[in-house]
Amino acid sequence: MSRAHATARHLHKDVPHSSASIERMPAFPARPARRVRATLNTAGKWRARLGNSALPWLLPLTLLGLWYVGTERGWLSEQVLPPPAFVYQTLSDLITSGDLWMNASASLQRVLVGFVLGAGLGMALGLAMGLSKTIEDYVFPTFNALVQIPVLGWLPFALLLFGIGEPLKYVLIAHAALIPVTLCTLQAFRQAPKGLLEVGAAYGFSRRQIVTDIVIPSAIPPIFTGLRLGFTKAWLSLVVVELLASSEGLGYLIAYGRQLFQLDLVMAAVVVVGAVGLLIDRGFEAVERRLNRGRPVTLGRLQ
Amino acid sequence: MSALASTYKGSNKRYRGWVLPILGMAVWWLAANQGWSTSGLLVSPHKVAETAWSQVASGQFWRAISASLARNLSGFFIGTGLGLILGCLLGFSRLFERLVGPSFNTFKQISLFAWIPLISVWFGLGDVAKVVFLSLAALVPVVVNTCDGIRNVPGNLLEVARVYRFTRWQTVIGVMLPAALPSIFTGIYLGLVYSWLATIGAEYLLVSGDGIGNTLIDGSEHFMMDLVLFGMVVIGLVGWALNTLARKVERRIQRLYGITPR
Repeated sequence: MSRAHATARHLHKDVPHSSASIERMPAFPARPARRVRATLNTAGKWRARLGNSALPWLLPLTLLGLWYVGTERGWLSEQVLPPPAFVYQTLSDLITSGDLWMNASASLQRVLVGFVLGAGLGMALGLAMGLSKTIEDYVFPTFNALVQIPVLGWLPFALLLFGIGEPLKYVLIAHAALIPVTLCTLQAFRQAPKGLLEVGAAYGFSRRQIVTDIVIPSAIPPIFTGLRLGFTKAWLSLVVVELLASSEGLGYLIAYGRQLFQLDLVMAAVVVVGAVGLLIDRGFEAVERRLNRGRPVTLGRLQ
Repeated sequence: MSALASTYKGSNKRYRGWVLPILGMAVWWLAANQGWSTSGLLVSPHKVAETAWSQVASGQFWRAISASLARNLSGFFIGTGLGLILGCLLGFSRLFERLVGPSFNTFKQISLFAWIPLISVWFGLGDVAKVVFLSLAALVPVVVNTCDGIRNVPGNLLEVARVYRFTRWQTVIGVMLPAALPSIFTGIYLGLVYSWLATIGAEYLLVSGDGIGNTLIDGSEHFMMDLVLFGMVVIGLVGWALNTLARKVERRIQRLYGITPR
């Protein structure tokens, strides 16, 4: 240690123009680099062990406690914040009466139809643009310009064209799903692994062989990422559309509860919306991780 | 020679991009002029331009757009500020991450617009409710990406900092922040996009006051397709302008930190 300092001093003396930043650095590492990780581990071990089991629950439980005490003591009126027991009661009533199932299945059916339509079209469009540069040149600028208008911007337009019925929901949800799926599919075609393409060229593959044997297999994981993003977008727009114009569905349940000032109903429906979204997202994520296993590069997420 | 060829090629491509929009406009114009449909929804491009001009000239447009933008930007800045703080806390402190992270991850799964009814009951229908909602919309992507960026600083950079005996502060300022910057910017950029989307949504669902979303809803309620189309174009243009601005600022700051732009 002292020798290192001495050497540094010595060097400093020899080099007249040394800057301050050089002086700050020791001549060689004071400690081997591997020790860094080891010290971090022992310091964090106890905390990590406690944290893994208990800490994540602390915040929700505190909030729940505050909520409970707050409504019990009457800090807030019941209309502004219904007590947790009441929300739970409403939720279980919804489940036992079958209302929840009816509305959730209506929502799920909408989102499924819209998503399948949008994803199918999006994959076809992305495929066409990916395969043919000419089609891309013709279509992509227009597509890009239309993408700038968010789904919500299309809503009044679609409302005038299609009315309030089911087609409106299908069209908007399909539109929401279409954009990420198209972009990810196109991206997948653009960034096929270069090494494999070269191997294909060296073996004299025809264009069709290159596409079916190299490009499409390597495009599957990014396309799946597009599908997941598309589903997230579809679920988001489903809630908006149902909030604005519908007579059944989870979004309608929220809007209905708001109109009647039944916040317990609103909260119960929000919980269900969140839970369903979370479950579906987790499902997609699990499949995506499986598909991405063994891929050397993680692909960037496209918006 | 090759330069000539490439410029020729470039201009060729550009002309291809214009074909579809011009074709679409021509069909639209023809359809409206020849009266292919008797529906009142088929308005001519001329009518849309007229409506646009009257909106701009009467000052209604400026009132709506300035109200929307003011809301959008104040929500965006509040949300981004809070998001940066929360993201840094989540990224730097393991304890905080364990404490808040799982709750936050559950919270962000709830579809954004599902919050509107609760917010409208707690904060009313006015600007306060809208700004709260907008900052929520901007907050989520900023937190996620800030935290990810800080967490994913390459380990070898940190080891170099350790070897050079950087202080904690020096490591944070000199190594971690520049390394996390691209990710943080992705978050801010997404926050901008989301908050503009949320501005429109908030104006649809919390109907009160001026705003470009209200203009659209008005047009839809009165069956004025010209007004709706005008509003859509404005929404698209504003979104595009905000995107471009964000990219410019991002590039400037990255150059300041000596990061080559992506």
